Amino acid sequence: MTDAAAIRSAEAKEPPSYLKAGRTVASWLTTTDHKRIALLYFGSITFFFFIGGAAATLIRLELISPEGRFFTNDGYNRLFTLHGVIMVWFFLVPSIPTTFGNFLLPLMVGAKDVAFPRLNLMSWYLNMAGGLLVLACLILGGVDTGWTFYTPFSSMFSNGYVVLAAAAVFVAGFSTIATGVNFIVTVHVLRAPGMTWFRLPLFVWTQYATAAVIVLATPVLAISLLLLMAERLFGLPIFDPAHGGDPVLFQHLFWFYSHPAVYIMVLPAFGVISEIVTCFSRRRIFGYTAMIWAILGIAVIGFFVWGHHMFVAGMSPFAALVFSFLSFVVAVPSAIKVFNWTFTLYRGQIYFEAPMIYALGFIGLFTTGGLSGLFTASLPIDVHVTDSYFVVAHFHYIMVGGSVSAFFGALHFWWPKITGRLAPDRWARFSAILMYFGFNFTFFPQFVMGYLGMNRRYHHYAPEFQIYHVTSSAGAAILAAAYLLPMGYLTWSLFYGRKAGDNPWGATGLEWQTTSPPPRENFVEQPRVDEGPYLYHPDQVAPFEEAPERRQQHDPQGKSDPTRAGMEE
Amino acid sequence: MSNDAALKEPFESLDRQRLSAALGMWIFLASEVLFFGGMFLGMTIYRQIHPDAIMEAARETNVLFGSINTALLLISSVTMVLADKAAEKGLKSAVLAFLAATAALGLCFLVLKGFEYREDIHEHLVPGPDFKLHTPAAQLFFGFYWIMTGVHAVHLTIAIVAVSTYFVRIWRGGFPFEGSAALPVLGLYWHLVDIIWIFLYPLLYLGGRT
Ligand SMILES: [Cu+2]
Repeated sequence: MTDAAAIRSAEAKEPPSYLKAGRTVASWLTTTDHKRIALLYFGSITFFFFIGGAAATLIRLELISPEGRFFTNDGYNRLFTLHGVIMVWFFLVPSIPTTFGNFLLPLMVGAKDVAFPRLNLMSWYLNMAGGLLVLACLILGGVDTGWTFYTPFSSMFSNGYVVLAAAAVFVAGFSTIATGVNFIVTVHVLRAPGMTWFRLPLFVWTQYATAAVIVLATPVLAISLLLLMAERLFGLPIFDPAHGGDPVLFQHLFWFYSHPAVYIMVLPAFGVISEIVTCFSRRRIFGYTAMIWAILGIAVIGFFVWGHHMFVAGMSPFAALVFSFLSFVVAVPSAIKVFNWTFTLYRGQIYFEAPMIYALGFIGLFTTGGLSGLFTASLPIDVHVTDSYFVVAHFHYIMVGGSVSAFFGALHFWWPKITGRLAPDRWARFSAILMYFGFNFTFFPQFVMGYLGMNRRYHHYAPEFQIYHVTSSAGAAILAAAYLLPMGYLTWSLFYGRKAGDNPWGATGLEWQTTSPPPRENFVEQPRVDEGPYLYHPDQVAPFEEAPERRQQHDPQGKSDPTRAGMEE
Repeated sequence: MSNDAALKEPFESLDRQRLSAALGMWIFLASEVLFFGGMFLGMTIYRQIHPDAIMEAARETNVLFGSINTALLLISSVTMVLADKAAEKGLKSAVLAFLAATAALGLCFLVLKGFEYREDIHEHLVPGPDFKLHTPAAQLFFGFYWIMTGVHAVHLTIAIVAVSTYFVRIWRGGFPFEGSAALPVLGLYWHLVDIIWIFLYPLLYLGGRT
């Protein structure tokens, strides 16, 4: 073989990674590669996460003293509205689907790309357009309605930039619909040969269910915001009580989207946790099919519980009873998932590496958030805690304790695949633990003060609540550090991190069978699948019980690495 | 013209690609149905709460404009289907003729709708202080009338632009219309715009006249 031929065959084996497929800014801004679009989304949602986080920091700062020192009433209203709007629609809703979903879905089903690559790019530009509108709203002075935009305040009385904020959410909504359509078609049409529905990793199932919820719920948000904008801009009476209109109709339309939106935010997190828990306990997932039915059950039942946000807004006792009952029912599949993760841990061979710590933190925080959800689903307690910090704590446990923990878990788990480098695990473990404690410090006191009567959205409060607010703000400082730390060490790892290799965690799944980072086409050869997911050990055999030589090996990070061993001494 | 020209990444076969395009459009249409569904829901609820006022207001719409426009859109759906069928058989000039007819019928609809709007404004049917009827809830009906027909017109405009774009691309040549899923998918969208109107027509024009 001549040298030239040898080089050619080496190149044929290892095509350049997607990161090296083009280096100009234009090659990024016009890319149709799902992996690059995922990174574009990483950039934009990180940006919005820190803007929303800055607003949260100011809120916690303001609440240290009961007199409201730094902001006017109006300024405080604008602050928490901004925090909510940006965190919900520009971070949480797109977070896992548009980044890890975009990056991993085609890899996990064994496809070259998503079904509509150009639509995928368009969705990012739509998201940016929405983002620019929300930034314009912020710079001009913001909006004071709360993230829920309740009429008739938003449509007739508010003096903030309601239309701008609503337009921003409207546009961003179409961006997520585009992503949803893309994911559904990709899973239906582009699965690799042999990748049957019941061999799909649970992450793919959750992305599929999330996409379905996005496609069916988001248009209802879009129309409710459009009606709101029409009323505000053109004076068309839609929700105006003076003309016989019903402001509660807006609430129904809004929550018909916004309750399922909770599942848009948390279902992808479920997928992440299923991947991480199996990998770091070297166990098959417990109850794979039950997990799938739970995912689909949550997606479907989640559409019929919206009324629990409106128990005090006025509804018939019968309707309240039905919504309360269904809200309990929707907790069942979530509980199935939590039990199944715990059973997966049982007799597993557990490694406490950073992604696993985030995942375990998720299970604890999500369970707390879910149980407090049962409190608010029951009518008498809900009436007591409505509009209190109890509710604030409840949904932050789900969305921040749950979804954001899972986002960071996913970030550490797939970081080697995305960048080709390993993150420094000790730092990562430290920030995972810091995040868990910082989170609980911030939000657990809010359960207590909410139950005792501290109202949400007030910056003047009775002095007896100050101790809870101060604890909460101190916790928020810890939490902020835990969010900023990864920025530092992950950036460091891009340059100095250990090379990851194809499969640093010894994980199953097609994404680990290609190079890290993967080539533009994802796989050199079309992968074929002839077995189910999560085959970490032979069927019906737990690790350590039998056939240890047949179980998938796992090197705890750093154990076999001489440079790290040196650092630890 | 070779069908391979229509094949794009990440697909390996034209059938799968066509299937994907159609599936994607159907899913988007489901989304659109819920989008309009919000407005239909609001209208239905207000009709239940204020039956008399809504009926009184519904008698004010111009049924002649509404009926002619319904006929125009129904015919345009037929020409759209014919364009699609002609494309399957590879008849370029027929495809162009039917696409042109579809876009033209859509445009006629918009022009007529414009005349109707002018008359509505003239008759003080825009909600506000000098609204024609004095029952407050009558304004609710016209709030929905303007939004629903307006949103429908926006959809129709998008559909006309899309049809015209494909007309130009096929006319210039080089667009593999036989293999491409573009026309069937465009047809699906066109028919949705048509079907929504078929629901709007009785709701806005016939309901008050029973
Ligand atoms: Cu809810």
